[in-house]
Amino acid sequence: MKKLINDPADVLAEALRGIAAAHPELRVDHQHKIIYRGDAPVRGKVGLVSGGGSGHEPLHGGFVGTGMLDAACAGEVFTSPVPDQMLAATTQVDGGAGVLHIVKNYTGDVMNFEMAAELAAETGVDVVAVVTDDDVAVQDSLYTAGRRGVGVTVLVEKIAGAAAEQGRGLGEVADVARRVNANGRSMGVALTSCAVPAAGAPTFDLPQTEMEIGIGIHGEPGRQRVPLAPARQIAEYLLDPILGDLDFTGGDGVIAFVNGMGGTPLIELYLMYNEVVTILDKAGVQVARSLVGPYITSLEMAGCSVTLLRVDDELVRLWDAPVRTPALRWGL
Amino acid sequence: MTVDVDALERWIRGFAGLVAANRELLTQLDSAIGDADHGVNMDRGMTAVVAALDSVQPASAAALGPAPPASAAALLKQVGMTLVSTVGGASGPLYGTFFLRMATAAGDVTAATGTGAALDGPAFAKALRAGLEGVVARGKAEAGDKTMYDALAPAVDALDDALAAGAPLGEALRRATRAAEAGRDATIPMRARKGRASYLGERSVGHQDPGATSSALLIAAAAAAVAEGRR
Repeated sequence: MKKLINDPADVLAEALRGIAAAHPELRVDHQHKIIYRGDAPVRGKVGLVSGGGSGHEPLHGGFVGTGMLDAACAGEVFTSPVPDQMLAATTQVDGGAGVLHIVKNYTGDVMNFEMAAELAAETGVDVVAVVTDDDVAVQDSLYTAGRRGVGVTVLVEKIAGAAAEQGRGLGEVADVARRVNANGRSMGVALTSCAVPAAGAPTFDLPQTEMEIGIGIHGEPGRQRVPLAPARQIAEYLLDPILGDLDFTGGDGVIAFVNGMGGTPLIELYLMYNEVVTILDKAGVQVARSLVGPYITSLEMAGCSVTLLRVDDELVRLWDAPVRTPALRWGL
Repeated sequence: MTVDVDALERWIRGFAGLVAANRELLTQLDSAIGDADHGVNMDRGMTAVVAALDSVQPASAAALGPAPPASAAALLKQVGMTLVSTVGGASGPLYGTFFLRMATAAGDVTAATGTGAALDGPAFAKALRAGLEGVVARGKAEAGDKTMYDALAPAVDALDDALAAGAPLGEALRRATRAAEAGRDATIPMRARKGRASYLGERSVGHQDPGATSSALLIAAAAAAVAEGRR
């Protein structure tokens, strides 16, 4: 697999140097591999800390800034960060109003954030963790680690970030984050696998004529392998389980998010978005806002995911609130 | 036969060697049902553990650098903290908690018996069980979930049984190793119910669990370290 890297062992450290150089408004702690808002801690504001394995860029580091995250902890590629990182980030961004941890539901992430929260409690910082788990591809949750946190994580970080920016308290910001997670559902498809730099080879083999439905964001195989199909059909594969899982009709509509997995061009994502809105229209689901682009990726994997978030007036207002980060920027 | 600080260090270094030698295998097993990083992560962690052991100066030059861990508990704690800080993923908290709980148990035993730095067979077995209980508390895994528990739990049971039957520690650890390896092999037909492999449902059947594989290496390294000490 051809990659723009020097040494596989240096990928994360060197990418963080690039982020620091490209975004002087952020502060990068290279030792702990943490990306901070330049003005953190913001006094009186609830701090938002997220983090996870690398390889999903722009998630999470690209969402650090005004109106979103205060800090993002970067783990090795597809590997959760460690408690030392989260503890450092938590104490650094606490402006006296406590800290919200936004954790994607993966066994490693949850355990490392739990250990960090235990350590933070000893230092007297109030920490509440909200775990995202929106992936409808994972069923049968009694017999699994539970649904994975995928696309909705981006929406949680944006909307909870806006709530924190308004000066709301930790409990209220956490409630907003939980509400977004509870009203969001996602499903993804891979056309190709991806290669972890240290492994050098694709994580799984996917023949030219097949695709993998129900993939996560770590190159892990999905639930079902099916023959490659036109985009129209793929959109149905993705939306049927989402619409079957939660009623998205009525109310104030949805935020419809078509996300690229890293290797699919924007033209195909917009083509997919067209298929998605066609299906939503037929299903009587009204689209309040949209987001199209690669925001939570899986290295160079080709494919996409669809996330629907059921919104009310308040969530739309928080979505529209100003944000200034490397990857999402409006109103500022 | 006791497990002193030297024997523990041989165990840890031996485990690091086995992890390095099996790095590709662990990653390959993890590619099939996980995310292809178990070998890389465990090797990074154990390399850091060995580096921490190497950084200490011999007692004669203690003034020049950090002193070596003086007790079983201190050594185990250092290993646990290093793994928590360097491995990441699920394995970091799980293996880290394993050694931290072992350290606490070892500290309790040596404090109660006044034996200083060394653990006798039952004390070592008790510490291993405390480590196993830590893994359960952190990961909430049960028998048959297709995790490291499925190798560790039979090993700790076999060790207790062998010691209770009067086997010397070396022999008891050999039996524990066989139990761990049997437990590891028994994960192949299991359907994963924890961790990333659980997302695959039935498709996880037919693959050996990478965590159970590294845990079997951990027990094998303990048996080798104690056997070596007897020669």
